Amino acid sequence: MSLIAITDVRKSFGQNEVLKGIDIDVERGEVIAIIGKSGSGKSTLLRCINGLETIDAGSIAVGRAQLLPGEAALRALRLKVGMIFQQFNLFPHLTAGRNVMLSQMVVKKTPKVQAEAVARKMLERVGLAEKFDAYPDELSGGQQQRVAIARALAMEPMALLCDEITSALDPELVSEVLAVVKELVAEGMTLLMVTHEMRFARDVCSRVVFMHQGRVHEIGPPEHVFANPKTPELRQFLGV
Amino acid sequence: MGQFTFFDILRNLLIATQWTVILSLVSFVGGGIVGGLVLFARISQSGWLRNLARGYIELLQGTPLLMQLFLAFFGLALFGVAVPAWLAAGLALILWTAAFLGEIWRGCVEAVPRGQWEASSSLGMGYLQQMRYVILPQALRVAIPPTVGFSVQVVKGTALTSIIGFIELTRAGTVVTNATYQPFLVYGLVALIYFCLCWPLSKASQVLERKLNVAHSHH
Repeated sequence: MSLIAITDVRKSFGQNEVLKGIDIDVERGEVIAIIGKSGSGKSTLLRCINGLETIDAGSIAVGRAQLLPGEAALRALRLKVGMIFQQFNLFPHLTAGRNVMLSQMVVKKTPKVQAEAVARKMLERVGLAEKFDAYPDELSGGQQQRVAIARALAMEPMALLCDEITSALDPELVSEVLAVVKELVAEGMTLLMVTHEMRFARDVCSRVVFMHQGRVHEIGPPEHVFANPKTPELRQFLGV
Repeated sequence: MGQFTFFDILRNLLIATQWTVILSLVSFVGGGIVGGLVLFARISQSGWLRNLARGYIELLQGTPLLMQLFLAFFGLALFGVAVPAWLAAGLALILWTAAFLGEIWRGCVEAVPRGQWEASSSLGMGYLQQMRYVILPQALRVAIPPTVGFSVQVVKGTALTSIIGFIELTRAGTVVTNATYQPFLVYGLVALIYFCLCWPLSKASQVLERKLNVAHSHH
């Protein structure tokens, strides 16, 4: 059974249908890059997977958790998938360490000592062990994004959703975040990432999904998608 | 009737000032508690609760405080409930303060970026947990200056309760004037006392605003 099963998912904003029947199955350990023009529905799809957007039709399941309305079902789903955002969204009133501790203590009721130990471990994993007591506004964009990754990892998700996580970063900070992602891939984490980093997608992804006008236009291993685009839309998008 | 010295006038006004201060505190604390409830109703996910809170706020912001005082004082009397002036004054001011504070605070909660809701949601937090640990601590920082600033309006609002017969600073001013025939001196002193109550509050609001606006205020 696939880890993430997305079946015939449809979603409209008013009259505008942004997802027109999406089917993707993601196996455990797969790394999927979702590419496409802005407005093609790629971010919306990602946000549907952990229930930040409701879907109008179809189904989404992660492990045994189904996307269903209601706080309890959503919480069960969100414990399985972590999400990392373009704008980091760290809690500005808490230190980096507290950011990583908070949801463990509040959602999982982990005792403070244990939550702190996990937080230190996760910050070390993203190379920020010494920033435990720093506030988000004392950190660079790249460091903030790595804290956000640590925060998501502390909840021990089965998969991570990455929504253009390097797009808000200065060019010289992109690589430090991608290095952390690469490490996660090496450890076998399942990843779905909306990205504009084509070289990164080519290097680390198991499959690439090209979305166009709310549909999966092409899907396949990166060497096929990038080297042999079948449709004119993908050729135009890649500029070949 | 003997002569009133300046000291007599001042002493009488200061005694009445106590009631202005007490009424202000009661209105502000009571209004803060009710205002908290109004806030939660105003931003709740339930449509009818939101509309109820909005209706309440619009009604109380859209009518003069004086009318609200009259309605609390004479209106309840119509139903056979004899309301003493202090109760009508307290009740009306609490409800009035709650409407304004509820709306001020709603603005502060909505000033917290959407991404904070999304990040805490995607970490599995429920609505109350998000509020308690993520949203309100950030909204609170934004809320302190306008809240302290609004307390000045509450202090000045208590002056209106003199009209329904509650003896506070303004009412005492009228009484003393009637006895001394020195309206300019008496009301001048009344105004000065109000200023001494309000000015520190406005100043505090300004200082807090500057302090909390500094990006690194939490270190």
